[in-house]
Amino acid sequence: MGMTITEKILAAHAGLDTVGPGDLIQARVDMALANDITAPLAIKVFHEIGRDHVFDRDRVALVPDHFVPNKDILSAQQAKIIRDFSREYGIKYFFEVGEMGIEHVILPEKGIVIPGDLVIGADSHTCTYGALGAFSTGVGSTDLGVTMATGEIWLKVPPSIMVRYEGGLQPWVGGKDLILYLLGRIGVEGANYRALEFTGPVIETLSMDNRLTMANMAVEGGAKNGVFEPDDITASYMEGRSARTPVYYQSDGDAVYEKELILDAEQIMPQVAFPHSPDNVRPVSEATHIVPDQVFIGSCTNGRMEDLRLAASVLKGKRVAKGLRMIVIPGSQYIYKQSIQEGIIEAFLDSGATIGPPTCGPCLGGHMGVLAEGEKCVSTSNRNFIGRMGHPQSEVYLVNPAIAAATAVLGRIGTPDEI
Amino acid sequence: MNIKGKTWKFGDNIDTDVIIPARFLNLSDKSELAKHCFADLRPDFVKEVQEGDIIVGGNNFGCGSSREHAPLAIKESGIGAIIAKSYARIFYRNAFNIGLPILECQEAVDSITEHDKVSVDLATGEIVNKTTGKKFSAKPIPDFMRQIIQAGGLVEYIKNQ
Repeated sequence: MGMTITEKILAAHAGLDTVGPGDLIQARVDMALANDITAPLAIKVFHEIGRDHVFDRDRVALVPDHFVPNKDILSAQQAKIIRDFSREYGIKYFFEVGEMGIEHVILPEKGIVIPGDLVIGADSHTCTYGALGAFSTGVGSTDLGVTMATGEIWLKVPPSIMVRYEGGLQPWVGGKDLILYLLGRIGVEGANYRALEFTGPVIETLSMDNRLTMANMAVEGGAKNGVFEPDDITASYMEGRSARTPVYYQSDGDAVYEKELILDAEQIMPQVAFPHSPDNVRPVSEATHIVPDQVFIGSCTNGRMEDLRLAASVLKGKRVAKGLRMIVIPGSQYIYKQSIQEGIIEAFLDSGATIGPPTCGPCLGGHMGVLAEGEKCVSTSNRNFIGRMGHPQSEVYLVNPAIAAATAVLGRIGTPDEI
Repeated sequence: MNIKGKTWKFGDNIDTDVIIPARFLNLSDKSELAKHCFADLRPDFVKEVQEGDIIVGGNNFGCGSSREHAPLAIKESGIGAIIAKSYARIFYRNAFNIGLPILECQEAVDSITEHDKVSVDLATGEIVNKTTGKKFSAKPIPDFMRQIIQAGGLVEYIKNQ
């Protein structure tokens, strides 16, 4: 019997010929990562285990990205714990302000995670790397602390759900809309404990940045991982990026799926997830009455090069609506610099947007764009739970970068065609 | 091991942002975190929760972020166990890893109301609603997870290996 790409990666890392859904395996980890919120707890666990070294100093990535540049004394203390630990234990992939960015943006960008890897991260959006054809999943700090010590993790092999996107993309529709539409169909628990495998003609031509957006939000459906079979787009993305050799796994033709969902992309319009759940989606045409106080473009979901290029192309030569605050946060130092070189930052500044340094920032209500009572934010991030971006009586609407940029100009939710 | 207490009832999809809002994540001390558990959703919770109380939740309890601060804050607030219809996978793992007992039982969740007195036998999975006299059986815990609990959490389990 054949295996899915998820099963193949898990089998290879458990030293087994085959695995199937429900099998409990002990797997070798290629990359273990944590951030400034989760690493301090993981480091405490690591010390409790009592090892004097991490399993492999080249396979641990510690990225302070949530509350950096440090927003207050307490967050500075937390970042210091990671900094001191990284120095003492010789962690290769520790990134300080000035070279850092959002972990899920910089790890693929710098070639630190590659196709075929098994990646474990103390951050739920670790599932992002499935875009490369890796198995990656989020865990808590205790699991991560143990993995830093042992280089291994126990996993239950998930059943796979195949999601096939047929047809072609409508104008202003991207990976964000494909995943939001799916969430609307299956719900926030619809893929709990499952692997989501994205496939079909739409996916075959979808760019890596759009794939990263989709895999990133697999967790919003409860999925253990989201994954794409690597192809030519993957190979060209990987060119010159990593010294390690990627492994390109493909699902077998007779692999077994728990469910196959076929979605007609022709029917998918730009999506808006209304408060307070990412599965509460409606087409943009049903959201044009929403007048936001703030628009945010950034995050591990939509803070990449293509996202900023797209938003800037919509904004160029236009003005952000009076009374609306627009915040743009490039996902990495590289993206920031590239955006300057391409004139993207200038376009944002000219339109009246403000630019923040690479960080998770307002996505989780951390800093640099926290909402007041009753305020609404149209955001390219991933979650719109109660209080996610600030006051418990604030509201978050999730959209793609083109819709976010158009909304900033229109002063209400809308598409670039309406400008 | 038996846990007895009054219940705190919640709905479906209780996410980790409402369990412990991100503005408190510049803390990692668990007793400090516990002071802010359900800060926005149920401001009465930390004032009135007592040692051994039981949270009763719906589907997909603990969805969202991987922050272990969420089960830690719940455990440290005095909650002895959670009974829910289902759990988000990272929360489920985290709860076992830090030694917070969690059970799955659809019927119990539907039947129990806020502030009922409930007891839970962790060894057998039997749930008794002392207020109504009704009894329920929780879904058995997988053997492997039971070993982690018996060891006293994942760290102890690894140390013993």
